[in-house]
Amino acid sequence: MILDKSPNSSHGSYTLDRRSFLQSGVALIVGFSIKDSKAQQRSTPDLQPGKTLKIDEVDAFLALQPDGSATVYCGKVDLGTGLRIAIPQMVAEELGLQLSAITLIEGDTALTPDQGPTAGSSGIMRGGVQIRQAAATAREALIGLAAQHWNIPREGLVCNEGHVVNKSTNARLSFATLLQGKRFTLKVDEKAPLKNPKDYALVGKPLPRPDIAAKVSGLHPYMHDVKIKDMLHARVIRPKSISGKITSIDEKSIAFLTDVQIVKINDFLAVVSPDEWSVIRAARHLKVEWSQKPSLPGHQGVKSWMVQAEKSGMEVLVQKGESAKALEQSSNPISATYYWPLQSHASMGPSCGIADVRTDGATIWSASQATHRLRGVCARILGFQPEQVRVIYRDGSGCYGTNGHDDVCADAALISKAIGRPVRVQWSREDELGWDPKGPPQLLTMRGALDEKGHLDGWETDMWLPKATASLPNIPLLGPEAAGIPQQQGISTGLISQNAHPPYAHTNLTVKVNWLKESPLRPSNIRAPGKIANSFAVESFVDELAAHYQRDPLSIRLQGLTDTRGVAVCKKVAELMQWKTRPSPVKQGNKGRGFSYVHYKFNETYVAIGMEVEVDRQSYMVKVNKIYCAHDCGLMINPDATRQQVEGNILQTLSRTLFEETQFDQYKVTSTDWQTYPLLTFPDVPELVIALLDQPHLPPLGAGEAACAAVPAALANAIFDACGARLREVPFTPDRLKAALLKA
Amino acid sequence: MLYKLNVNGLTRDVNSNDPEQPLLYVLRNNLDLTGAKFGCGLGQCGACSVLIDDEATRSCQITVAQAVGKKIVTLEGIGSLDKPHAVQSAFIKEQAAQCGYCANGMVVSVVALLKKHTKPSLDDIKQALSANLCRCGTHDRILRAAMRASGQVMP
Repeated sequence: MILDKSPNSSHGSYTLDRRSFLQSGVALIVGFSIKDSKAQQRSTPDLQPGKTLKIDEVDAFLALQPDGSATVYCGKVDLGTGLRIAIPQMVAEELGLQLSAITLIEGDTALTPDQGPTAGSSGIMRGGVQIRQAAATAREALIGLAAQHWNIPREGLVCNEGHVVNKSTNARLSFATLLQGKRFTLKVDEKAPLKNPKDYALVGKPLPRPDIAAKVSGLHPYMHDVKIKDMLHARVIRPKSISGKITSIDEKSIAFLTDVQIVKINDFLAVVSPDEWSVIRAARHLKVEWSQKPSLPGHQGVKSWMVQAEKSGMEVLVQKGESAKALEQSSNPISATYYWPLQSHASMGPSCGIADVRTDGATIWSASQATHRLRGVCARILGFQPEQVRVIYRDGSGCYGTNGHDDVCADAALISKAIGRPVRVQWSREDELGWDPKGPPQLLTMRGALDEKGHLDGWETDMWLPKATASLPNIPLLGPEAAGIPQQQGISTGLISQNAHPPYAHTNLTVKVNWLKESPLRPSNIRAPGKIANSFAVESFVDELAAHYQRDPLSIRLQGLTDTRGVAVCKKVAELMQWKTRPSPVKQGNKGRGFSYVHYKFNETYVAIGMEVEVDRQSYMVKVNKIYCAHDCGLMINPDATRQQVEGNILQTLSRTLFEETQFDQYKVTSTDWQTYPLLTFPDVPELVIALLDQPHLPPLGAGEAACAAVPAALANAIFDACGARLREVPFTPDRLKAALLKA
Repeated sequence: MLYKLNVNGLTRDVNSNDPEQPLLYVLRNNLDLTGAKFGCGLGQCGACSVLIDDEATRSCQITVAQAVGKKIVTLEGIGSLDKPHAVQSAFIKEQAAQCGYCANGMVVSVVALLKKHTKPSLDDIKQALSANLCRCGTHDRILRAAMRASGQVMP
């Protein structure tokens, strides 16, 4: 039986007979027992229902309970990045609480204020800083209440371990006593003083994360593990080409599966069952014919497609002096073009979501990095007001941007609405690598020259980049698109035009971007959007210039760098790797060393990376032996969590640079498993030497992305140093190295 | 059809209407043992690993019928929060997880390795984990944890 919810269904106007479905379901699910306790107990209890969600209110972020415990409400979420320890550290420090007193609620749209998506390395830098200010405001208010209570001046009163303490008498009043069960009802005071870093007891300490023990014991409640009462399993069947439409469905092909229901809404097709294995089999065996039309350039054709594709305009991003004239007059300028391919977020666990859609509202369980945004999306899809939808966050597999998490929730919402039961949709590996929104392709051409002193004497960057649609509420999601539900069309990429020139060029500089109207596959933000490719091109080309003019690549950077924090990270890496001043390539025994620097977005974290590699001239394989990194992200809330992010940035980007490209033909993505979309493996893992520069008196900056941006060029530069081969296209496959060696 | 499985030292009766159903789904859905994770269903990533007769085995690649008569140990059976296995303790000490989705396979594979080689070299560990994928880039810490669990320090 096909449940066809398409408005103009050829199966006639089908009204959902929920009872018949439930009865057939019940009849066919002998042995299926509904899981109850665990999942239900794991659901977030209504901690402080009805509390304010207004982002300028202290109560939006904080609730102090009469028993001395505290609940912190964070609109951003821990994506495996350590926010779950860092945010409580910031609050406990500022408010004078014990860390163990804090419960952190993340991302739940009914309980947390909307602090924006957990993206752009902003978890601490913006999200944490907002909450810290609320905690500082609360501390000042509590001290005021105590001063009133004791009828003494507020000077000499401090907050410590949940009490206001009179430093001269040691008299103490608990926060609970002071608040008398009331809320703060107070605006966040942007001027509330912050604690002096010299007095920090918790911030700056490498405290262990609270979730690791459960994660390595099989007890951490992941999104994929959530079970809801009466929940059904579903799989969505995607077309054979990205724009395919259903032409026929052979229901009999899965007649042997008696507990499976087919749900169709226009070209949105899903199979549903109480039994997960049954829906997996149904998704595999259901015979569906799809219309197919060739609409893609193929991954090998993207570069030329980008130059020819329809543009929405050219924009000059930076213009200083007269670069064209300077290059014309300089001796021997050079030019090079770099390409970064489409890449998948490649999450280890394919996306999973649960929706329970009822007549008066919906609850969505999601691992989305943007639960608050997703609430609005789901409301639009379902025809609800945002207030009728609650999105509850559960940890997923790392997403590193907008992967399939939002899509899968829309899938679940559509199916749940159609059948009137809670539905869990689990994407397959093929779904995730094939259909997650992709990191967009980037093409950059650089021209430049050095003067006789080795200063950059003219620089031009021309970029070809897909242009993000202004004010797009969210990327168009697959499910609603197939179901014919109107969505605002457009593309999303993250901020991909930053870091497109070297911070060593101060005069005669032009950066232009040719904005493309489209991208070959639906794009989205992927970790350190755009900055990885741009820094790859810029920092490779700086190295090319150094080699061209027979200069030491580190020295030409240092002589152009004016920012002292930038100089410090560069010099730190030079010291760690005992850099020897010389022009590249050295070509000593096929071993080489490369260097790269980035000041992330030109106003955030500073990173320098050095790399030691070995090139095999027989297999054309690159072996990375050692990676050095110096990292300055200002105040580190938790240095071990910071280090972990830096390690992850480095190894993930090494993987993206060496191995990863989403492959596709004219119809659809063809790299849909780990053989065709390979990742870095353990034997590829180099030794890591990381220096975190401590800046306790400076504001905290992001650590979740910046180091990524310095990785590819350091690798390319090391390979060039080893063998004279210049790699300008990612990934650095043996074929590409072989070709580059022939030109070297 | 009813299958008798030996899981974490207990005999468990499970129903499956298909003998070809991979053990993974039986563990996760019938027995509520969700430590083993679905990553690919292709035996390519290792997220679903369990110990079968002390060997790290991909539970997406063994059927419920094949699992009968075997000694199955899942991550939950290796140790607990109160009494973690030495490998789990080492992972906690090294904070060797970010999102942690691959952690199941990492712990299970290291436990299996150490059952055979009590003092593996770093290269032995890299080889033993060569088909276990991690996307967060936690590899270095996982290697450290494996060395620590075998009473060694990173060279």
